[in-house]
Amino acid sequence: MTVKRLRGLLLLPLALLSGCHLALLDPAGDVARQQSDMMIVTTAIISLIVVPVLVAVGVIAWRYRASNKQAHYDAHWDHSPSLELLVWAAPLLIIIAVGAITWIGTHQLDPYRPLTRVAPGQPVAADVKPLEVDVVSLRWKWLFFYPQYGIATVNQLAAPVNRPIDFKLTGDAMMDAFSVPELAGMIYTMPGMQTVLHAVINKPGHYRGFSANYSGAGFTDMRFTFDGLSQQDFDQWIAKARAAGGTLDLQAYQKLRQPQRDVPASSFASFEPDLFTRILDRCIDASQTCMAEAMPAAAHGGEAMQDMSGTHGDHAAPTAAEKPASTQAAETH
Amino acid sequence: MLEPTTHPAARSFLFGRLTLDSLPFLQPDLEGRIVLVTFIAVCLGGLAILGLITKKRLWGYLWNEWFTSVDHKKLGIMYMILGTVMLLRGFADALMMRAQQAIAFGPNMGYLPPEHYDQIFTAHGSIMIFFVAMAYIVGLINYVMPLQIGSRDVAFPFLNNLSFWFTFWGAITFMVSLFVGSFSTAGWLGYPPVSELQQGPGVDYYIWGLQLSGVGTLLSGVNFVVTIIKMRAPGMTMMKMPVFTWTSLCTSGLIIATFPVLTATLFLLSLDRYIGTHFFTSDFGGNVMMYINLIWVWGHPEVYILILPIFGIYSEIVPTFSGKPLFGYSSMVYATCAIMILSYLVWLHHFFTMGSGADVNSFFSLTTMIISIPTGVKIFNWLFTMYRGRVQFTVPMLWTMGFLFTFTIGGMTGVMLSVAPADFLLHNSLFLIAHFHNVIIGGVVFGVFAGVNYWFPKAFGFKLDESWGRASFWFWQIGFWLAFGPLYIMGLMGVTRRLSHFDNPALQPYFIVAAVGAGLIALGIASFIIQIGVSILRRKQYAVGGDPWNGRTLEWATSSPPPAYNFAFVPNVHERDAWMDMKRHGYRRPLEGFNDIHMPSNTASGVIIGTLSFLCCFGLIWYIWWLAVASFVGVIVASIAHTFNYHRDYHIPKAEVDSFEHSGNWQDAAQGANA
Repeated sequence: MTVKRLRGLLLLPLALLSGCHLALLDPAGDVARQQSDMMIVTTAIISLIVVPVLVAVGVIAWRYRASNKQAHYDAHWDHSPSLELLVWAAPLLIIIAVGAITWIGTHQLDPYRPLTRVAPGQPVAADVKPLEVDVVSLRWKWLFFYPQYGIATVNQLAAPVNRPIDFKLTGDAMMDAFSVPELAGMIYTMPGMQTVLHAVINKPGHYRGFSANYSGAGFTDMRFTFDGLSQQDFDQWIAKARAAGGTLDLQAYQKLRQPQRDVPASSFASFEPDLFTRILDRCIDASQTCMAEAMPAAAHGGEAMQDMSGTHGDHAAPTAAEKPASTQAAETH
Repeated sequence: MLEPTTHPAARSFLFGRLTLDSLPFLQPDLEGRIVLVTFIAVCLGGLAILGLITKKRLWGYLWNEWFTSVDHKKLGIMYMILGTVMLLRGFADALMMRAQQAIAFGPNMGYLPPEHYDQIFTAHGSIMIFFVAMAYIVGLINYVMPLQIGSRDVAFPFLNNLSFWFTFWGAITFMVSLFVGSFSTAGWLGYPPVSELQQGPGVDYYIWGLQLSGVGTLLSGVNFVVTIIKMRAPGMTMMKMPVFTWTSLCTSGLIIATFPVLTATLFLLSLDRYIGTHFFTSDFGGNVMMYINLIWVWGHPEVYILILPIFGIYSEIVPTFSGKPLFGYSSMVYATCAIMILSYLVWLHHFFTMGSGADVNSFFSLTTMIISIPTGVKIFNWLFTMYRGRVQFTVPMLWTMGFLFTFTIGGMTGVMLSVAPADFLLHNSLFLIAHFHNVIIGGVVFGVFAGVNYWFPKAFGFKLDESWGRASFWFWQIGFWLAFGPLYIMGLMGVTRRLSHFDNPALQPYFIVAAVGAGLIALGIASFIIQIGVSILRRKQYAVGGDPWNGRTLEWATSSPPPAYNFAFVPNVHERDAWMDMKRHGYRRPLEGFNDIHMPSNTASGVIIGTLSFLCCFGLIWYIWWLAVASFVGVIVASIAHTFNYHRDYHIPKAEVDSFEHSGNWQDAAQGANA
């Protein structure tokens, strides 16, 4: 396959130079892999024009250096319709090619779009239920809910290989970006808003995850581990979290959301079922009206809004992170 | 959410929330010591300079000839000096970041805690853009553009002076935060929620410093547009304007259209911070995404505001040193205009990862790629200008060659980032950092050095030293790739930006190489300053006439340095490259028949209004309300008072013109040189 060859071409010198794993050029998840392919293919196409230009700059500047009296000198030559056509047409053609690929790729790899395959030539089986993970970025740690398993974890994430993962993400106070470069491209997490990411991990392994959007003093330490596990290891991992005990209720969450740096990984055997929704709806404090409840009031006031709370992320593909609350409604409490 | 920093009781009427605790250099910790040493050094340096000025009795000279001057050439030079001083500050920040990232691995936390590190990257970014790049751009346009169009000054000379002082005091606002209080930690664009939640004066310093300089820049933009539209020499139709003037026009148009957005956005942010509105908060209907959209509606055109005039500089330098007219002038003009328009349509590519959906992302992906078409055209045009030319590798041309290589590669990584799916991987990584330094250093900074080396002889009557110029070029060139090559590679490993500490020891060698690169760039900056110093010392040896490069445009038609009135007789323009055309037709500079020349007078109003505005901002930053109100009233009163100043112009007597026209530094310019 061409992309494979190109990847090899790119990886070889860079890997020699770096001696490190270039995650973005050889990632372990199918989504990241396709995004990486896009990057490599488009780079190859742009090189078709960039490399000749770089060479031409050097060659022409040297050939027409002032000391080279043999070179043809024409003090008046300043236009040529055919050349000008060429200088507009050449980049245009390149951009048409890259643009077409990008248009298709942007739609296919939209993080809101459910996966149709887990690996090249391997469509998602009809009976596979994706792993659901609800993600909250806190100051400065990551909280993961596993609603299908009833557990919640802090700063550690795991998933079975080749099983699609559906992330729903929000933030507690700051704006962060959920990023596991080996798994899939990043997506922002924002308070009161829900974003969505679909991904799958293909190779078992231990990967780095972190926030990729600066969110204040503890941002540097806002790391988590992401483990790609076999189904058996994953079941054990869940069992271990269950065995560890602890419940993430409102009170525990209030404690967890306090700003804290360099937080070690931990887990909870259970969590209050509507906690993620309440975080998203900004009604953790008893004094706050949930946005979902405030919404009908706002709608009543003449604002036509659909999908008020933004929490019903399971329908097709919400295209924007909706920000539902309105000042008027929220202040009625 | 918006609790005051200090308990209200700790605030005083006289000093607002400013207390002795706000002075970082009085703190007993390591940071306090660092700031204290810097503070003492700045005080001693400042006192030495002030003492020298007083001893040499230069205050009157500075006040009369510079501070109150409305001469576009002097203002241009003052902008360039401001830009250079701020470059040293911004680069000091860069060195501190590189040092921190080179050592902070594993158990070693480095020497900067996050609160301090975050201030440094925020200050580095905002200073480099607003007070280095912008100051340089406005300075170069100020100096060169009126000369290129055969004008005697800009359209609104007083406004020009006022613009400078707004920019100057904006820079001072940033500098004061070093020693009084602290600076923003919210990044160079002040993203909420960090900028909403950060307490203390840091973000307020950021807001008001930018508001001051933003007003200054906006006024400059208006001034330049009117100047170019209304004050061109007779015969210079739009399509006969030099390309630098064209790019200045497009940049000024962008400034007028976008800087009000910046002002409004920062104003809304300050309302959130001062009176508790909820434009950009996370609760009560506020929307963080709105800020991010608004700031980039200004922010993306801003990078084209920086790069367009630089394209203009290269478009002057390449023809001059190839001994040929610019290839495809019309293409170049249309490409510039296309970039100007398109730059409004791409802002969302700064946050593809926000979840806007595939249609929106595709649209902005494509518009971003489309910009690379006119940019590519420009590269081809410079290439074909050299083709069949006689290329002289002078220092300005060397910088241009460095630009062509570096910027083209930066453009390529830019197209990579514009591919939305790839950007999901690359966004906010060190790859992105390497990319924008690649285009801003490789484009803007190289262009500024090219322009300074090119026009310095015009401004001062002597050339800059070649050897130090070449040294500076090579240090920058090699230093740049050493500093940012590792960042490209680490970006591909998935390393993100703005980290002050790392847990992966494998990255350390890259950061050490990057730090060495930064050290080489430091040598490049030092060489540049030495270059200027050496050239001043050898100014007799390096003296040149009006047209040292066999130039093509009108600025080379007058003396070096030009007289206050620029041109005794406004030239008549018949062709593009007007001065080359005049030389070809055996132009002889008239030496008699002069008239009195009507010129604008100096005024102190710019200094006064600028200073009062700064005091107002300082009062707002520290909640010293009496100071804010009093100085704001002062601004209004001073502005009204200025309207009653009826001594705003004078005539240079023709005897004086006659005398200069016979004695000025013309030489090669007067002779019509060779064709």
